[in-house]
Amino acid sequence: MKEKQNFLTSQDSEFIYPKKEQEVADIIKTFYKSGFPIEIIGSGSKKEIGKPLQCEKTLSLLKLDGIIEYLPEELYIKVKAGTKIDLIENELKKNNQQLAFEPIDFGYLFLGKSNCGTAAGQVACNISGPRRFKVGSTRDHILGFRAVNGRGEIIKSGGTVVKNVTGYDLSKLICSSYGTLVALTEITFKVLPAFKESKTLVIHNLSIDSAPEYLQRAISSSNDVSGASFFPTEPACNNCKMNIENTFKLNDLKNKGSLTAIRIEGLKKSVNERIKNLISELKVSESNISILENLQSEIFWKKIKNLELFSLTQNNIFRIVIPPSECIKLIYELPNNFKYFLDWGGAAIWMEACQLSEQKFESIRKKVVKHGGYISMIKNSSFLPYVEDVFTINSTRFTISQSIKKSFDPKKILNPGKMYTGI
Amino acid sequence: MPKIDRKVILKKDIIVKCLKKIINPDNVLDHEDELRPFETDGLSAYKQKPLIIVFPENTEEVSKILTYCNQEKIKVVPRGAGTGLSGGALPLADCVLLSLGKFNKVLEIDYKNRCIVAQPGVTNLSITNVVQDKGFYYAPDPSSQIACSIGGNVAENSGGVHSLKYGTTTNNLLGAEVVFMDGTIVKLGGKSFDSEGYDLLGLITGSEGLLCVITEVTVKILKKPQTTKAALIGFSTIEDGGKCVSEIISNGIIPAGMEMMDKELIHATDNFVKAGYPRDAESMLIVELDGTDSDVSELIESVNNIAKKNKASSIKISKNEKERLKFWAGRKAAFPACGDMAPDYYCMDGTIPRGKLTEVLREIKRLSKIYNLPVANAFHAGDGNLHPLIMYDSNDKKALKKTEKFGAEILKYCVKVGGVLTGEHGVGIEKRELMCEMFNNTDIQQQIKIKKALDVSSLLNPGKVFPILRKCAEEGRVHIHEGKTKFPNIPRF
Repeated sequence: MKEKQNFLTSQDSEFIYPKKEQEVADIIKTFYKSGFPIEIIGSGSKKEIGKPLQCEKTLSLLKLDGIIEYLPEELYIKVKAGTKIDLIENELKKNNQQLAFEPIDFGYLFLGKSNCGTAAGQVACNISGPRRFKVGSTRDHILGFRAVNGRGEIIKSGGTVVKNVTGYDLSKLICSSYGTLVALTEITFKVLPAFKESKTLVIHNLSIDSAPEYLQRAISSSNDVSGASFFPTEPACNNCKMNIENTFKLNDLKNKGSLTAIRIEGLKKSVNERIKNLISELKVSESNISILENLQSEIFWKKIKNLELFSLTQNNIFRIVIPPSECIKLIYELPNNFKYFLDWGGAAIWMEACQLSEQKFESIRKKVVKHGGYISMIKNSSFLPYVEDVFTINSTRFTISQSIKKSFDPKKILNPGKMYTGI
Repeated sequence: MPKIDRKVILKKDIIVKCLKKIINPDNVLDHEDELRPFETDGLSAYKQKPLIIVFPENTEEVSKILTYCNQEKIKVVPRGAGTGLSGGALPLADCVLLSLGKFNKVLEIDYKNRCIVAQPGVTNLSITNVVQDKGFYYAPDPSSQIACSIGGNVAENSGGVHSLKYGTTTNNLLGAEVVFMDGTIVKLGGKSFDSEGYDLLGLITGSEGLLCVITEVTVKILKKPQTTKAALIGFSTIEDGGKCVSEIISNGIIPAGMEMMDKELIHATDNFVKAGYPRDAESMLIVELDGTDSDVSELIESVNNIAKKNKASSIKISKNEKERLKFWAGRKAAFPACGDMAPDYYCMDGTIPRGKLTEVLREIKRLSKIYNLPVANAFHAGDGNLHPLIMYDSNDKKALKKTEKFGAEILKYCVKVGGVLTGEHGVGIEKRELMCEMFNNTDIQQQIKIKKALDVSSLLNPGKVFPILRKCAEEGRVHIHEGKTKFPNIPRF
């Protein structure tokens, strides 16, 4: 017991690095008994997302790492929670497999260089890349998990198979809970075959008036599109340069100006056929398009996924998710001095704003909610270092979420207030 | 089942009067004869008439009913089409059965956002029917799709034969309007992807009517693939069939559907519908591939090569849509074909890692000999979902007991090899006591705490999912007597 209480009183370090699941349980049980809060993180690569915490101690899952079991023919990989995402992806690559939801490397946004997070962080934040509209997000690729709840109890849910309706699907609840319900200890991801070929049709110089329509037509076709993004021309702001040419330095990109990009992946022959179909179905002129071949296509989408367009920005970055049909209407309701790009065929808008005020952010939120979507602050700036409501929620869902929180973490010791004050 | 609240039964007249004030009095049924058709669901071995049945017509009425029942501590059992196979909609003697039967309209077809907004009583197949003229469809296709309701699909997280490639209900659901036991109405999700905060939509999907009543759903629709073809492959051993399944997946091929049948079922179904199956084979695969013409041609060729490498005894590729459907006809007749072979059968529903198929089938055959009961096996090989059909005669009481024990041993073995108790039928009352095979007390208590967080007095569909006896009693399966299923016209496979 003495040893356990040391977690609370030790002056040595702010960080605690358990190496075993039982240690995680022991630590949290100690905090549960004392009622002191504790911050739960993976590697901290996405620590800036959400509200800052004021816990004296931080439990990092970094040393609870390693692949437990990887069965390529069963299409799953079971890892300890602190396993780095790049390690998982490299392992999968050896068998031509992948995490199809395209985990975002937020290092480019926050540090200007790669800084992959952990499996636990990916699950806790549930932010997925360009392929989301086709294959689902992280939450759709978690088959099961083990974790420690706020009482210090080890719990599990799910399994290793895709078809499983035994008990509540707690994997979904854990995804996007930002460490406020449990400290994850083990995660089983569904994995899928990597695509043999990737090609991208880029249409140049479309405006926001027409680009989303092209993206939607492409997605609604039988061509099995797996990426659909739009990068407009410069906004009316000197501090928010689009920087398209510098971000996407690719030989295959013929023209400057706005980019409307549509990705096709699969078997080589089929990819070529579908690109041809798209050109014909969208009725785009050969002179106004570029085709990114396999390698360049991969680089292009990796840069999109990793938000390299916003690399090292000093401004606020936020993400809007709305029904695709509302995209243009919303863009027109927002000031024209924001830098942005559309992903998921217009269902996601990543935005950079300089000199943003909390009032302005809230007025954008109102518009987004009116259009059936939600907004999250992803990166703060020195100009606006804190917003009270990082994520969107209404009062009914807030009350229900409080009850859910209580069922996992009755004393509110796990990342209290990280998502919402009071949760 | 949970202890009957005699006070509620004694108050029946008052409750009926109150409910008739809340909703149209014609939509409140309480006469014995009116209650009888609702005494069971697809798990027809269990029967219990409810105290009262209500048919609300809108969300506000659902909310008022739940608010009233919550205040008066009256149990409520929600019911969609009542086609579920695990007894999830089985009434309780002291419950108000809340039928969503009047929620039967498609509210919006939204091609721009590729989704449909529908009331929960709309059938699964109707969703596809309203958009198929524009080349769209709704992917999850449980075998009972002609009759099962979309609200029930959400409650059970229904799957189908295409789950490996297209996911189950949870992966195809964008939003829902639900009412909690205290009457709170809440919209979860919508037409945009994911949502912020806790994924309540993900939590309620597959919660078997224990957490809320679903009053509206928004589901994704997909564009139909250009081409779909199927390969029918016979093997002279089960092992070869199993290896072929693993190798197809290992080669990076994700078939739209991949079904396997053992010799017993090949014969039963071929006798039943003359599907042209290889009768000399010990196991048979149907591998369906979809995509562009070139995708399908290339993949069919790969599957063909893999099948040959794994000593396939016969390979047929569908030449046209008619032939593809013929391949499926036998598989889709698996359940009725078994009903034709024996007076009764029990259908099990475990999921196992694909690689354990041979081991599990061997164990089932071993148990079949020990119990002296014939068994036929249908297997959604793509996603590992196994449906052993145990044949017996319920007139022989000893056979029934033996069958129940046999079934429980199969499910326990599924869990032992790394699988799960139920892939798509749900826990319901059927597998409630087997939950301890997969979860320890702490796991189950965490789930119960969530239940209590959203339904403080545990009034919504109590007695389902969670063990009551706490000793994992081995009872309950889908019981079919003399081919008389609860819904004989609904396909089951």
